[in-house]
Amino acid sequence: MLDDAHEALAHAGNAYEALNDGDDPRWAYGTGFADPLAGVDTRVPDGVDGADLAAYCLMLGDDALIMSHRLQEWCTRAPELEEEVALANIALDLLGQARLLLARAGTADGSGRDEDALAFRRDAGEFRNVLLAEVPNGDFAEAMARLLVFATWRLALLERLTGSRDPVLAAVAVKGVKEVAYHRDYAAGWVVRLGDGTSYSRERAVAGLAAVWPLVTELFTPHEVELRLASAGAGADPSALREGFDDVLGQVLTAATLTRPTDTTFTQSSDTTLTRPTDTTFTLPRDTAPGRPAGRSGTHTAALTDLLAEMQSVARAHPDATW
Amino acid sequence: MVTARGVAGAVADPELPMLTLADLGILREVEEKDGGAVVVTITPTYSGCPAMGTIRADLFAALREAGYADVQVRTLLFPAWTTDWITRDGRRKLAEAGIAPPGTAPVRHGPVPLTLGPAHRRLDCPNCGSGDTEELSRFGATACKSLWRCRACREPFEHLKEL
Repeated sequence: MLDDAHEALAHAGNAYEALNDGDDPRWAYGTGFADPLAGVDTRVPDGVDGADLAAYCLMLGDDALIMSHRLQEWCTRAPELEEEVALANIALDLLGQARLLLARAGTADGSGRDEDALAFRRDAGEFRNVLLAEVPNGDFAEAMARLLVFATWRLALLERLTGSRDPVLAAVAVKGVKEVAYHRDYAAGWVVRLGDGTSYSRERAVAGLAAVWPLVTELFTPHEVELRLASAGAGADPSALREGFDDVLGQVLTAATLTRPTDTTFTQSSDTTLTRPTDTTFTLPRDTAPGRPAGRSGTHTAALTDLLAEMQSVARAHPDATW
Repeated sequence: MVTARGVAGAVADPELPMLTLADLGILREVEEKDGGAVVVTITPTYSGCPAMGTIRADLFAALREAGYADVQVRTLLFPAWTTDWITRDGRRKLAEAGIAPPGTAPVRHGPVPLTLGPAHRRLDCPNCGSGDTEELSRFGATACKSLWRCRACREPFEHLKEL
């Protein structure tokens, strides 16, 4: 035991020194980010447009960053400690994916913008995440329905991207597949437990699923950048992921004794208000170009502006702060 | 003889300090150039592993202390790290520290199958050796570990998840 204690102390000493020796390993705004792609060959492969690749990595990176933020908001609010730890772990995986993807975006378009600039110095209209990632949190049942939908869709997408002609994107995808598989199983387990649980938990599961379902169609509506990247062999056409998604959701909903809601879209001429099982409602943006994905085109709910106001507050108030 | 590989390999992992980077299998290459420069290549365990920055800093510090002034640490994302790269010695050290080591990581072709319900697998308790254990949560104190309980000795324990 004494040896263990000495070892732990010696280790703590190393870590402390490491924190103070200039190669700052902490990752937080203003502490000097370590480049997650340090030493990685970031040349854009032949036949792939750098600007398109950057736009695409921004889409996938923003999905992960914004969804991660919503999951982080569960810290101190989850029903049990184990669930809080699980949600924080999932948020951390997605944050890691976001860092790599944003860093890739900054190298692919030649702008040299780092993850710091991309995460903290863009306005809502410049974000390219799907709306599913940004809407405010509802109750726990809704969170599980949302995570199930998000993880099932993202896993299918990452599986395709493991064969991307961009080696950086392919590497991020290979790792991401392993991580998101755990996220999907976690959410699926809870949807089954709640759906096939008590009459009250079932009621909440049904309401949660109904609340997120209007956001499903957008996930499979391709943006022109996604289609171009798919033809170049570097991206995936999201419409091709629907069948696999439906298959997995079918398995989960059957085990949960739940019925799949009917697809709806919010691309009609009037605003659509979503009613939530809890006390909040939010308005989906009116889509000025029917058939175009809203978030991918930079059209967002007011909720994203609020989210960014919090997430970017320190960076915006102290633009070049270091500590 | 002191080699850059030896120094780099002996650096402890910040989150699993009973393991060295060599035990963990994330040290992919250590190259000593003619002029004395050292290039270390590491592969992250998880995309969001918060220890990567600390690992880089620890590598710089250890190599500098051993007399290597010119050190570069590179990231290699592919092939992705897998728990299969943890050495036999590393697995023994994990078990001795009360952490159940990972089994063989699944090799998949095609889509990842959905797993509903708790893990249906046998994991021996690192404290008493009983196989009468159950998974409490697939997510633990760090990204790489899940939480288990032994029904025989009643002790909770951690398991390094297969990845």
